[in-house]
Amino acid sequence: MGLSIAAAISLYGVSFGALSTAAGMSLWQTVALSALLFSGASQFAFIGILASGGTGAAALGASTLLSGRNTIYAVQMKALLNPQGFKRLAAAQITIDESAAVAMSAEDPVEQRRGFWGAGIACYLFWNLATVLGALLGDVIADPEALGLDGAVVAAFLGLLWPRLKSLDSWALAVLAALVTTLTMPLLAPGLPVLAAAVVAVIWGLTSKGGRT
Amino acid sequence: MSLWLWVLAACAAVYATKLLGYLVPEGWLKHPAVGRVSAMLTIGLLAALVAMNTFSADQTVVIDARLGALAAAAVALLLRAPFIVVVLVGAATAAGIRALG
Repeated sequence: MGLSIAAAISLYGVSFGALSTAAGMSLWQTVALSALLFSGASQFAFIGILASGGTGAAALGASTLLSGRNTIYAVQMKALLNPQGFKRLAAAQITIDESAAVAMSAEDPVEQRRGFWGAGIACYLFWNLATVLGALLGDVIADPEALGLDGAVVAAFLGLLWPRLKSLDSWALAVLAALVTTLTMPLLAPGLPVLAAAVVAVIWGLTSKGGRT
Repeated sequence: MSLWLWVLAACAAVYATKLLGYLVPEGWLKHPAVGRVSAMLTIGLLAALVAMNTFSADQTVVIDARLGALAAAAVALLLRAPFIVVVLVGAATAAGIRALG
């Protein structure tokens, strides 16, 4: 199961590598994001905000906020696996959507441990190899707009959002967040409209009733 | 170069968000509101990034080939296409609309 997820993640990785270099990141900056940051949605957010003229601070902010759900996964993984010492530091790095999902779908503790480490390590290796491949591809692209790479970025973010739109509540928030971003775009510095939408999402989360997400 | 600093700062910040969950005492982040806010934050940010990358151009709102890419990607997702196909459909649509002028 870990391997099939890793194969799927490689396809994300190629997209990320190509779009990152097309967005103006160097090969090594792209490699650093995948090796050190290692969280797909946060990486796409980082390059997406920089590509549209946002500041480094806005890219950092959105990237970090998007990783808030990794904190929740980490709490769940600590309860399931409770890794210690160096293993804890390594476990933290591979705590992402995929490894947490595989671990939580397993029934017994042995399977949970094997699922988490198996999926996490496989995803890490495949994601990084795919990123390098994509970055090398992206580097040779001379005119990103003629190839529609800006359309590819839009499609990539929609692809990341889609599986999370499972309820009326989440659809309503997604539409509201998109509206807030679009309406504040002419008023705020680049990157900030995304953070304005984040504030709306937090208020939404605090005021909406639980159990429907 | 300052872009490198932001890259490394983002790497450190995201790693901190992951490690945090292993360090705080059990129960601290167990409140249901924490999980809910985190899920909503992810949805809100991703939706905002979709909107920004579709409509933004030099701090104004424009409608161009990227809106076509968004619609085509949505159709691909409705047809349960894999991620890479969705991305390629988005690129091909934007490129196609531009080529047709």
